[in-house]
Amino acid sequence: MKPAPFTYHDPTTVSELVSLLSSLEDARLLAGGQSLMPMLNLRLAQPEHLVDLNTVAGLDGIEATATGLRVGSMVRQAALMKNDQLNTDMPVVGEALRWVGHFQTRTRGTIGGSLTHLDPAAELPAVSLLHDAELTVEGPRGIRRVAMRDWPLGYMTPNVDEHEVLTSIEFRYWNEPYGYAFEEFARRHGDFALVAVGALLAVHNGVITRAALAIAGATPTPARLDEVEEALVGQPAQPDTFASAGDIVRQREAMSDAYTDARYRQRLAGVLTERALTKAASRAVPAEEAR
Amino acid sequence: MADTRNITMTVNGNSIAAQVETRVHLADFLRQDAHLTGTHLGCEHGVCGSCTVIVDGEAVRSCLMLAVQADGKSVTTVEGLADQDGMSPVQRAFQDNHGLQCGFCTPGMVMSLTAYLGENPDPDERDIREAISGNMCRCTGYQGIVAAGLQAAEELRGGI
Repeated sequence: MKPAPFTYHDPTTVSELVSLLSSLEDARLLAGGQSLMPMLNLRLAQPEHLVDLNTVAGLDGIEATATGLRVGSMVRQAALMKNDQLNTDMPVVGEALRWVGHFQTRTRGTIGGSLTHLDPAAELPAVSLLHDAELTVEGPRGIRRVAMRDWPLGYMTPNVDEHEVLTSIEFRYWNEPYGYAFEEFARRHGDFALVAVGALLAVHNGVITRAALAIAGATPTPARLDEVEEALVGQPAQPDTFASAGDIVRQREAMSDAYTDARYRQRLAGVLTERALTKAASRAVPAEEAR
Repeated sequence: MADTRNITMTVNGNSIAAQVETRVHLADFLRQDAHLTGTHLGCEHGVCGSCTVIVDGEAVRSCLMLAVQADGKSVTTVEGLADQDGMSPVQRAFQDNHGLQCGFCTPGMVMSLTAYLGENPDPDERDIREAISGNMCRCTGYQGIVAAGLQAAEELRGGI
């Protein structure tokens, strides 16, 4: 028995959960446990109350809406990878998930857990940014919707207060035909990324008409690369365009840690941007061939 | 006073009922309450993979799941693989290919590959290496383990 003592709660509905959160001080929410359980075992986290989301009904569905796919916050990463609709409409999510831990952790790990833990190098926040996800948060004052861009408030700090819970994430469709790619470099397979870059690219008659780029691991929070996206639109979809985009990304600030200095992360960011754009362009369906 | 719950789970086909402290993780429950010490604990933060067990058909890190969360579920540990006819194909392949040295990582390796091959019957060497990338062998005896994974896959497909 490794965690410090806590009182365990297993609510069965969202409303029961929300009223529980209003009444508890010093509570942590337990989703898939792939980040919080290590913190409990190592006693880095010693909450007085542990509130288990695994018993709460209604948080594990995947449904199509008019604008996208709404994914319950407790959907397991393994279930996301097997979802045909997601793999058809938003294949970059599945490509990124192959980098998330190992198959033995994806069976428990959830999308909501990953977005709320908000590790700067995590893949799911980056693809949520790419697909302009809208997050639904429920709390004592009702339902709140947060754009993924406004979700990270700082290093590992999501836009949710201690009495609220993330209940679903809606990934938005891209209506035009496009290509995608997710490129990452990690020291060992399954480790957190040193840097990861995701790209979506629409190309019409050889010219880029729309671009989305997101980066993880380089800065304290994942980010969309707006300035690069703007520079890409209107340019020909060819190698020197992608190389210049990489050059812009290489100029961005990056973090240092004991193993990897900022200059190396910047270099990786540039290289991975170029690779992601190249692959996304090669997969872009020409508009005239689209259904 | 300790926060406890009464739980019941099926472990290797046997129903086990117990009162547990809610902070006990599944690996400690299996080892200390169910007295099944085949499940090993290396790092206890989800990195080494030696505590891997199968819960309702899926491989999980038993150090990252509370025992109370396995209430009502079916758990298979390394002790549950052999039957009256002997070792399972994966276990036999480990023996045939010298897939274990000190044996500490072996339960996790065997459980991981058992679950993986159940869903991926035709892996190549690279697939096997990725499947065990979440399991550490500090003897570094990976060659034998990969060979065992490939042999077990072939046997499970009916090739041997």
